[in-house]
Amino acid sequence: MRYEEYLAEEFRDPGLPSASAATGDPAATEPGGPAPAGVTRRDFLAALGAGIFVLFHWDDLAAAPGRGRGNEEAIDWNAFLRIAPDGRVTVFSGKVELGQGIHTSLAQTVAEELDLPLDAIEMVMGDTDLCPWDAGTFGSLTTRFHAPLLRTASAEARGILVQLAAEQWNLPPASLRVKEGRVFVAANPSRSLTYGRLARGRRIVRRLEPKPQPEDPGRYTLVGTSPVRRDAVAKVTGAAKYTGDIRLPGMLYARILRPPAHGARLVRADLSAVRGLPGIHVVEEDGLVAVLAEQPDRAGAALAQVKAEFTPGATEPGEQEIYDHLVRTAGEGRVAAEGGDLAAGTRASVEVFEQSYYNAYVAHAAMEPHTALVRIDGRRVTVWASTQRPFGCKEEVAQALGLPAENVRVLTPFVGGGFGGKSYNLQAVQAARLAKATGRPVQVAWTREDEFFYDTFRPAAVVQIRSGLDSDGRIVLWDYTVYNAGERGAPHFYTIPHHRTRGTSGRSPLPTGAWRAPGNNTNTFAREQQIDLMAARAGVDPVEFRLRHLAADAPVRRCLEVAARLFGYQPAKPPSRRGYGVALGTDAGTWVAHLAEVAVDRQTGKVQVKRVVCAQDMGRAINPEGARMQMEGCITMGLGYALGEEVRFQGGEVRTRSFAEYPLPRFSDLPRIETLLVNPTEGAPQGGGEPAIICMGAVIANAIFDATGARLYHLPMTPERVLEALSKTEA
Amino acid sequence: MAQTTRFILNGKPVAVETEGARPLLWVLRGDLEHTGTKYGCGEGICGTCTVLIEGEAQRACVVPVADVAGKRVTTIEGLSQGGTLHPVQQAFVEHGAIQCGYCTPGMVLTAVALLERNPNPSEAQIRSALEANLCRCGTHQRVVAAVRAAARKLRAAS
Ligand code: FES
Ligand code: FES
Repeated sequence: MRYEEYLAEEFRDPGLPSASAATGDPAATEPGGPAPAGVTRRDFLAALGAGIFVLFHWDDLAAAPGRGRGNEEAIDWNAFLRIAPDGRVTVFSGKVELGQGIHTSLAQTVAEELDLPLDAIEMVMGDTDLCPWDAGTFGSLTTRFHAPLLRTASAEARGILVQLAAEQWNLPPASLRVKEGRVFVAANPSRSLTYGRLARGRRIVRRLEPKPQPEDPGRYTLVGTSPVRRDAVAKVTGAAKYTGDIRLPGMLYARILRPPAHGARLVRADLSAVRGLPGIHVVEEDGLVAVLAEQPDRAGAALAQVKAEFTPGATEPGEQEIYDHLVRTAGEGRVAAEGGDLAAGTRASVEVFEQSYYNAYVAHAAMEPHTALVRIDGRRVTVWASTQRPFGCKEEVAQALGLPAENVRVLTPFVGGGFGGKSYNLQAVQAARLAKATGRPVQVAWTREDEFFYDTFRPAAVVQIRSGLDSDGRIVLWDYTVYNAGERGAPHFYTIPHHRTRGTSGRSPLPTGAWRAPGNNTNTFAREQQIDLMAARAGVDPVEFRLRHLAADAPVRRCLEVAARLFGYQPAKPPSRRGYGVALGTDAGTWVAHLAEVAVDRQTGKVQVKRVVCAQDMGRAINPEGARMQMEGCITMGLGYALGEEVRFQGGEVRTRSFAEYPLPRFSDLPRIETLLVNPTEGAPQGGGEPAIICMGAVIANAIFDATGARLYHLPMTPERVLEALSKTEA
Repeated sequence: MAQTTRFILNGKPVAVETEGARPLLWVLRGDLEHTGTKYGCGEGICGTCTVLIEGEAQRACVVPVADVAGKRVTTIEGLSQGGTLHPVQQAFVEHGAIQCGYCTPGMVLTAVALLERNPNPSEAQIRSALEANLCRCGTHQRVVAAVRAAARKLRAAS
């Protein structure tokens, strides 16, 4: 079954799996030993029937970040993959497909190890009953940490298949090989058995011992190629199901009464206008007020008639005061990196540069708003959710309903974009509470206005840098403090003898959360401009200046050289008036170098990005075309926070409520984008969904400076801010 | 007031019993269970809800269902014929003009309407036709390439 079919079947019968009768011999070999007693999911596993299963144990996740969060039971046996008697391989992965293409790239990884065609692999993703526990799909962790586990599990499965054939033929395993779904005798390839044949009538459950030797990367045939995305056809035909597309008998659609501001509490709701309306259900319970109907637009229309009174939330700070507020309320924080001695660096400096950088709150604004559907059957709960953290969602729903986590199953259909925003599952909690209150399945799908309110934001942030050049034009001092963005991407990677990087946080009036490459957009914006302004002061070309301050073996050096060549870059004294910018960065183990060309309209202040070149070193690229799609996506999305996106607010009141007030990048903003992978067949695979976005603020700011001589220290670089900076330069 | 609205949905006549003022989007997604048409904003800004009405790209979230009485409506589900993808769909697949896929039905249908009108659009014309279709994943560059390729293919076929 394909993922889509799997989901479709789940939608018909969303209860717990009614297992097809186990066809396997329960007494068959279990070399890994039986699963421990008292593990509820074991029943489920038994229900899966015959085949070869490679399981994993919680302890195997020791290296997985986020392990052990929540109250999830600490014993968790689940299958990574199953080879069924019909020879098909099912992969169970707690990761979810948000658009980043792992539905394809993870299948590639498994198919490679098992020497199977890609379409022999079925992916079951984000189902908390079927898939091993997973922290969530964020932080560019999938390719770095999850794919290697699947790879090892696949190698283990291959080992079992070879061993089974060896026993059957009474031959040493070393004399056998695998190819295209068969085990065969190396000396006599016509003697072969299919995987399906070997799995038939057996039930082999083996715990993953991460020892078997995975395939030598030099012999890869599928990893490193770019097959068409497996979800592409479903997505162009409308067949792909997202959470909001699931229909259950008797379900209700809810609209939630939203407070006017964060921190505002409901005093009273006047529901008289809607109570008793035909087909309208009203819930008021512990501050949650919702109107439900059999069509979402009817619920919305009814909700508009509800009058409510709230306490005012906080009214301070607003957009103007936020930056002072963040600095004022910040604690000492901690030192993330340091070396040398700042006092010595200050003495060695002939010129010291002190500069602050600012960035506004920005929204995730995924095209699919947060959505969830919850059905409660007695004490069993089934949740469909657009989420990046199905296992987190399970905990949150269980807690809200006062049930043990094992009573809750979360299924994750296709997700219409996440970018960090779907790591929190408030919409699922709302749906669960309403399903309980009404006794019916309930869908909560946030409206766009809800989304701009309930979603978390990338935090407004401040960076302060004090840096110094010596008489030879070398950077000798770097004193860096970031407020509120977080430390990701804060430590620099240049050769600087005296340096310190500190991170701290003040109090945010709005809820904040991870936003594609959290922290790093802010930190790279600040660092790469500070480097640039010193290059300009030293009268040295900014590419050359960076190369002078990078170690000879720094991986980012290669990226910069490659990007500069592809761009056709010629060094010049800044500002060169050509409108060229450069920025470097690192995120999720990956290195990036960007060059850009901009045109600045001095009358209107509008910046048009004409061209962006990006070279990325991400280690081995599993699906190079998929990786380049992510780079293009990052660059395009990054135009938004660089040039226009800013959440307006006063205290807890979010004043941005619509796309009309929040300009996402459009086709007219699109530059020519050229991407290049550096050494894509070397090294361990690293993250690819986020790195190429981190330079977008800095590379555009540096290009604006190169075009005009004006510096922009505040994101987004709106026409008003550009005009203001231009007027200062001219004055 | 509930009334009967009859129209042609993906080539088949349908009749819905509902208030004529309700947005076509919700009638399609709910009453008619055609969920390929997506909600993104509900106010005509994002284009995820785009459908073809008499061949023209329109935003189903702001069209009252009564307005399509007697008209031909095409949703993403109705675009491929007998299991064969429309050349625009095929080009989106081949060019990887898809990430999360949530904007994709609207993008595809807007492009189909453009190519009906103008079989040989310049890159600037493609961009301006799609200008009001938002994509948060940033597939824009590949969407433009896909629409160009589809235009070539359609011209070659005609
Ligand atoms: S949902 Fe109709 S234009 Fe956005
Ligand atoms: S592909 Fe995700 S919004 Fe366009």
